[in-house]
Order: sequence, then C-alpha cells, then structure tokens
Amino acid sequence: MIHKYNLFGYNLALDVESGAIHVLSDIAMQMIDYLEIMLEKNNFSNLPEECPVDIRYFLAKYESSDVKEAYSGLCELYNNQLLFSKSNNNIKLDFNENIPVKALCLNISHDCNMNCEYCFAGKGDFGIENEKKLMDEQTGMNAINFLMQKSKGRKNLEVDFFGGEPLLNFEVVKNIVLNTRKLEKEYNKNVRFTLTTNGTLLNNEKIDFINENISNIVLSLDGLKETNDSMRKYNGGEGSYSEIVPLYQKLVSERINKTGKYKDYYIRGTFTGKNLDFVKDIIHMRELGFKNISVEPVVSEEYNDYAIHEEDLPVIFKEYENLAREIIRRDKNKTDIFNFFHFNIDLENGPCFYKRAKGCGSGSEYLAVTPNGDIYPCHQFVGNEKFKLGNVNDNFNISDIKLNENLMKIFYGNNIISNQKCEKCWVKYFCGGGCSANNEKFNNNIYSPYKIACDIEKKRVECAIAIKAILS
Amino acid sequence: MEMETGKINQIQKSKHIRTINADNILKARKINKQTGCGECQASCQSACKTSCTVANQTCENK
Repeated sequence: MIHKYNLFGYNLALDVESGAIHVLSDIAMQMIDYLEIMLEKNNFSNLPEECPVDIRYFLAKYESSDVKEAYSGLCELYNNQLLFSKSNNNIKLDFNENIPVKALCLNISHDCNMNCEYCFAGKGDFGIENEKKLMDEQTGMNAINFLMQKSKGRKNLEVDFFGGEPLLNFEVVKNIVLNTRKLEKEYNKNVRFTLTTNGTLLNNEKIDFINENISNIVLSLDGLKETNDSMRKYNGGEGSYSEIVPLYQKLVSERINKTGKYKDYYIRGTFTGKNLDFVKDIIHMRELGFKNISVEPVVSEEYNDYAIHEEDLPVIFKEYENLAREIIRRDKNKTDIFNFFHFNIDLENGPCFYKRAKGCGSGSEYLAVTPNGDIYPCHQFVGNEKFKLGNVNDNFNISDIKLNENLMKIFYGNNIISNQKCEKCWVKYFCGGGCSANNEKFNNNIYSPYKIACDIEKKRVECAIAIKAILS
Repeated sequence: MEMETGKINQIQKSKHIRTINADNILKARKINKQTGCGECQASCQSACKTSCTVANQTCENK
C-alpha cells in the first residue's frame, strides 16, 4: 500500500508496510500509479527491467531519459521492498496472553476548582455522583501495589496523577510518590510519575516537589488570554490565564535549572469549534517561553456549540499546514524553535511493531483507577459502568484481585491487525488504531474508528512527514 | 522538481527519488516480535489524554 500526496510543493510517498518515505520528482510520482496497475496485473511478482512502452507512452511529455531513470529508481525500491512492500503475515503477534499492566492513570481527585466548559471529565467527577471525590492514601497505595504485582516482566512503569484537579489532593500525591519510591526497590521497578494540572493551585512548595519527583508535567493552557479564558473558567466565570501563566513560567524555568537534569513538560491546550485558528494560540505559548506544546481537538458531543464537526475539517487541515510552515520556517532560521507533540514522529527510533499494532494499550497494559478504587480501561472510560473492570480495594491480598476477564479480552483483541478498517488504512502504524474511548463515545463500539479523529490524525502525520522531508 | 540533499538514512538519492527513511516498519517488525518488550511509555501518559498516537514514542531499547 502506498500513500502519496503533495504538500508544500513536495511529492511524498509513504510505503506503508515498510515505513519507507520517498520524496519524488513529478515523473516518478505519476509513474507510481502505472506501476501499481502493472503489479496488480502480474500479482505483484516482478517488474520488467526495461521501462515498458505503456509507461513511456503515458509519460511521453517528459524526456525519455528522465522516464527511464525514474523507472529504474522505482524498480530498485521495489526490489528492496521499499515500494509496494507487502505486510509480513509470518509474524504472529500475541494479543491474547495475559498482558502485564505497566501504566496506571490514578484519578486522584474527582473534584475540581474550575468549571471549564468543555471538560470531558464532567467538571471533575466524570458524571459519577454520590461517591467520594478524593482518593485516600490507602486506595492509592493499593493501586500502586496492584501495579507492582501485575507488571511481571516490566521494569519501567508509569503512574499519572489525573483528575479533576490532582493538586486538590496534593498531600496524598506526595505520600504516594514517596511510598512508591520505597516499593520500587522491593520490586525492582522504575516508576515514572506524570501529573496533569490546571495550574491554579501551584505554589513554591508544589513546584519544588513536582520538579524533583514528577518526570513529566502536563500544564493546561489554551493559548491567548481570550482563548483560554473563554473556556477555562472558575465557578465564578473568570478565566485562569493571568494566574497560571507566571506559575507555569516559574515551574518550567526551574525545572531544569534547579534539578540539573532534563525533565519533560508539556503545555497542553485544547482547540474547539470556536477557535479553529489555533496556530496563533500555539505561537503565543512559544512567546511565553514554552517549547514543548501539545494542542488537541476537543472531545465533545456534537450538540455542544464548541464541538468540532466534519465540515470544520478543511479549516483544521489548513491550520495544521500553517503550523507546519511555521515550524519549518523557525527551524531553517534557527529561531524560537518549538516542539509540537503531534508532529513528533520518530522515524529512526520509533516504537516496535507490536506497539504500533496495539496502540495505547488501554484495557490491557494501561488502566485507570478512580478515587474509590474502581478500575477502568482508561481515564476516558471512567464513569461508564459497563466498562468497570474491578476494584483495587476488593481483596486484602492484592494479587487475588480479579479483573473482568471477558471485558479485558475485548481490549486485548483491539489492534490494527484484527480491525479490518484499520488494517486497510495507510496511517495505521502511526496512530496505532486510534482511541478506543472515542470510538465507544461516538460509535458505541471500541472497534469502530471515529472518523473525525482519524481524518485529523492523517493530516497531522502528513504534515509531520513533510516537515521531516523538508528539513532533512 | 529538483531533489534537495538529504541527511538521514538515505538509500537512494537521485534526480527523481530521495528516500528519507528507508525501512522503520521493517526494522520494527524484527524487534520483540510477539509481545514487544513493553518498556516504552504508554502514549496516553505523555501529553495527549484525548487523541491517540504512537509513532512519536521512542523505543526504550535503542
């Protein structure tokens, strides 16, 4: 399978099954279509050494020597399995074994001091009423013990403090981190902590603790003041921008300088149907001094006035192109360079085939735990009763906790090879099959891809590949 | 259009073809074939939380 497209004046061809990326001349770009027809006719066996008369006829407007040279080059790629390469069905991936759990999203707080309009977490409580809002330390440590015991064979584990607003439960966050450090030695594990925050409760003590102990901090900000404050509001209606920006700047500036070692951070925003021109917000984030930026489309029911609809896609695609142009320009000028999360594709040291096929691992190696200990396939399934997998407080002996195996098997089986729609899609090895929770939310089926998200991901990957091609 | 000079992993550079990345999926197939080593970051723990992507994850074993 080949995906070919033109962007910024470059002819680009991705050979899906090998991952090879080629920048082509106009002649070679057109020739690929003829080669595909020829190969289909002869069942992808071989290409003749001499450029066939048919191809020379179709490309008669070009110099004959150029046509022959392009043909010879494309044949070489084909013979090296870098063009029209086939999927290798000999590799049997094992998706049915009891996959170890290696990452937990700890919903440490189902309470929030903000009232952001677009919150997919139902303003913090994920729509779960009459349950406790803050996770207690015992439940948190049961979750950590559960992770330690269910992660057999894995050294690197991940725990994300999520909410609601995690800093409303900061003492428990602190105690879980410090107690986990002791358990790490006992179990011979390396736990990386992530924390996602709205920033409003940051102070010197919390910043110091986060910079010392949290390996990746995700800081919510939507961009310009008017953009941020139109969605990210306190209960009284005022926006958070003026309070959080200086705190983020302090946290980020001290993150490397004080600890002496690099630690990840991301300024993470959301764009909605109300601000489809989100590049100006990203540029503003960079002007504030932030270099690691992630801005993502809102997840929302269609009836909300800020939802993204299919008719918005052409505008969003143009905006991603504007962003890619800006990144290329800055890179060439070596000024104010920044890193946009969804344009980061690692062409040389990317993930293994299993990871590409399995995606985020929700419901198998990645699970979420609520304040009362309920276990869900991921944070976006929280509150959807039919996806409850178990509870970390269910058994005194953590190793005896039983998860809903029938439900987990559904997630084990969710991968780009078993999913026929994904299997035929060119972007499959970049997205890993997309988001099961979005599929469930919009199509009532974790296997059924959510088209808007797929289309957006395809555009982001096209831009990311073009950036690599132009800057390499 | 004329090709520009490439830097990474070129297997072909000519007037008509510049290969900027030769075979990352082929290589990925050869590593930990059945279940992966499982040591890399879960993609949803990095910065997204709402829109899945895996190609930006770095392999822990390289």
